Amino acid sequence: MGLCDMNKVMSNKWIIFLYTFPALLLIVVLIVIPLILSGYFGLMDWDGIGAMEFIGLNNYIAALQDSKFWESTLHSFLLALFSAISLIGYLAVALILASKIKGANLLRKIYLIPMLLSSVAIAQLWIKIYNPSNGMLNSILMWFGIDNPPAWLADPSIVLYAIFIPIIWQYAGFYILIYYAALKNIPESLIEAAKIDGATPLQIALKIKVPLIMNVFKVTIVLSIVGSLKYFDLIYVMTSGGPNGASEVMASYMYKLAFSSYNFGYGSAIGFLLLIITLIVTVIIQKLTASKDEIQY
Amino acid sequence: MKLKKAITIMVVFLVSVVILAACGGDDEDKESESASGAKTVKFMHLWPEGSSAQHHKVVNEIIADFEKENPDIKIDLEVLSNEQYKDKIKVLSTSDELPDVGMTWAAGYMEPYVKGNMYAPLDDIVESDLSDSFVSGTTEAFSVDDTTYGLPLELNISTIFYNKKIFDEYGLEEPQTLDELKEIVTTLNENGVNPIALGNRDAWTGSMWYMYLANRLGGDEDVLTKAIEREGSFEDPALVQAADEVQKLVNEDSFVQGFNGLADEEAKSMFMGEQAAMYLIATWDLPNFTTNEDIPQEFRDSVGYFKFPSVDGMGDTNSYVGGPGVGLFVSENSDVKEEAKAFTSYFVQQWGERAVTDVGIIPATKVNVDSLDLPQMYVDVLNDLNSATNITLYADVQMSADVAQVHLDMIQALFGGEITPEEFAKTQEDALAAE
Repeated sequence: MGLCDMNKVMSNKWIIFLYTFPALLLIVVLIVIPLILSGYFGLMDWDGIGAMEFIGLNNYIAALQDSKFWESTLHSFLLALFSAISLIGYLAVALILASKIKGANLLRKIYLIPMLLSSVAIAQLWIKIYNPSNGMLNSILMWFGIDNPPAWLADPSIVLYAIFIPIIWQYAGFYILIYYAALKNIPESLIEAAKIDGATPLQIALKIKVPLIMNVFKVTIVLSIVGSLKYFDLIYVMTSGGPNGASEVMASYMYKLAFSSYNFGYGSAIGFLLLIITLIVTVIIQKLTASKDEIQY
Repeated sequence: MKLKKAITIMVVFLVSVVILAACGGDDEDKESESASGAKTVKFMHLWPEGSSAQHHKVVNEIIADFEKENPDIKIDLEVLSNEQYKDKIKVLSTSDELPDVGMTWAAGYMEPYVKGNMYAPLDDIVESDLSDSFVSGTTEAFSVDDTTYGLPLELNISTIFYNKKIFDEYGLEEPQTLDELKEIVTTLNENGVNPIALGNRDAWTGSMWYMYLANRLGGDEDVLTKAIEREGSFEDPALVQAADEVQKLVNEDSFVQGFNGLADEEAKSMFMGEQAAMYLIATWDLPNFTTNEDIPQEFRDSVGYFKFPSVDGMGDTNSYVGGPGVGLFVSENSDVKEEAKAFTSYFVQQWGERAVTDVGIIPATKVNVDSLDLPQMYVDVLNDLNSATNITLYADVQMSADVAQVHLDMIQALFGGEITPEEFAKTQEDALAAE
């Protein structure tokens, strides 16, 4: 099929409609309508079961004054920060893997394993690793002569960071795969040319490869930050946001309010604020990372 | 060519949407009436085969018997585990799609459902089919404004279970007072044995320790219940002192390391793996210590229990923290309400004796156990229950969902040493007063 066939397709409005309609329908029904509804429920005093009572912006005002909400927001942003920083590590791994080292193929598959596990399985795995008296981590620490290793998921000053580790580990394979694919797309001739000019492998990596996949890197920054801000799974399974809110993030706080405290209206308001915060952050990142010049090979 | 392929995919997609929609329609039809004229009652419970094998089996037997006796009624079953069950019921209720018969907890938990007209009143069954069959006090917990909305299935008291082998090894005896309990803790710690298993990530377990201390320190008055019912204050000296005692226990390393990060299941497995000497839990775990064949006989034989000790000579050891566990509700908006009620009534009648003999828990219905061959520990617990002077319902069940969440968070903070006993009491007093 030639290019001109494609043009014929694109000029037929009906066919364009036919192509886009199913996706549009799904997005409207599954995403847009619930979003609007949650904003609307946020205006109500509602326990999720009985009658609703309209209370205007009271839930939103209460949320802005709720120290627990801000604490969970801070935790979400910390997660976003750590996720973004860890991207550099993933990039480094991908650079090494893509430089045709021995066993790269096998390693690439190993890095992908966490992605194939469900979040709940990962959570159960790390709960076992972190177990204060029988866990693998503390057993190793005690073997090295540390008498009182921390109780990772119980200590309010550690628990948040202890959960960050499996979250970052969980997504390593995903980002490494993206970077690996992008790196493989760089024409071999550029690398050859650099080699002939006497560039070291490090120079090739930092001055040629990385700038060439910068666009991909920017996309992953947005992905990881947005993903972190609305993160929920491992936190919910491993600590439910505890102890006493020490590992609460925005999404888990929203869930707790709606489903444990039976405060559906307030929970919806938090959910809507989460959306707004994520939107603002996305716009800011895109502004900051916008590039003027398109890369051409 | 590509266009043709795309259209094919499109058609397949649309056809599958139509088929799915049709299936959905079928389901709804089935709910009320199927082709043969038999009615279907949808029933949800929270005893999956994996974690509650005996419960699960008995429920299936009762359903089979009921269907045999009532050929025109079919029971459509859905089983979820505890936490998932709670989540699903909540979601179903917001879209007004509760199962015809399901399980509920008492008091504060069920209140929003009753106020939202989700549960059908069951007084007619209680007064006819089931008159005089419940242990007194159990249906009351499932009542709002003197109307019963739930039929209790279990009755529990919590006691401290302990490992006799470990106690014998260090020459320890069942404590009568908190001071004796503390001495036991000291001895065990000196010998490198974990004294008490606690999984305070599920903060209701820590709440039981707090409730018992409050109960003992409060003397004859049930200060905690009074505070929750707003007849008293949460800043009552006994409630503050109980919080102080909790922190003293924590400071003496009474509980396993990292308890605030452990789930109750993990704490239980430490106790059952003989890694901890004591474990405070309600009698719903009795099968694990008596009849459950999956647990080694040697361990089951080594488990004993004692009542929560008195504190500084205060408190009545026959006063317990406990109460009815889950009960059955019938959905107010059910299309087959009469059939659902008939099933509920049948279930409760059949459950009583089988709960004793086949499951090994204590039902909320009166059962004559004299003629039955039961494990000694079960008989002892039953006798204790019969001579109980008071049973204080779990605080997080008594409270409304909103305040219960505050209570559970505060329990974690208190055990974790993040707040003082005074702050602990004040935060909850504020939450209760704000309602």
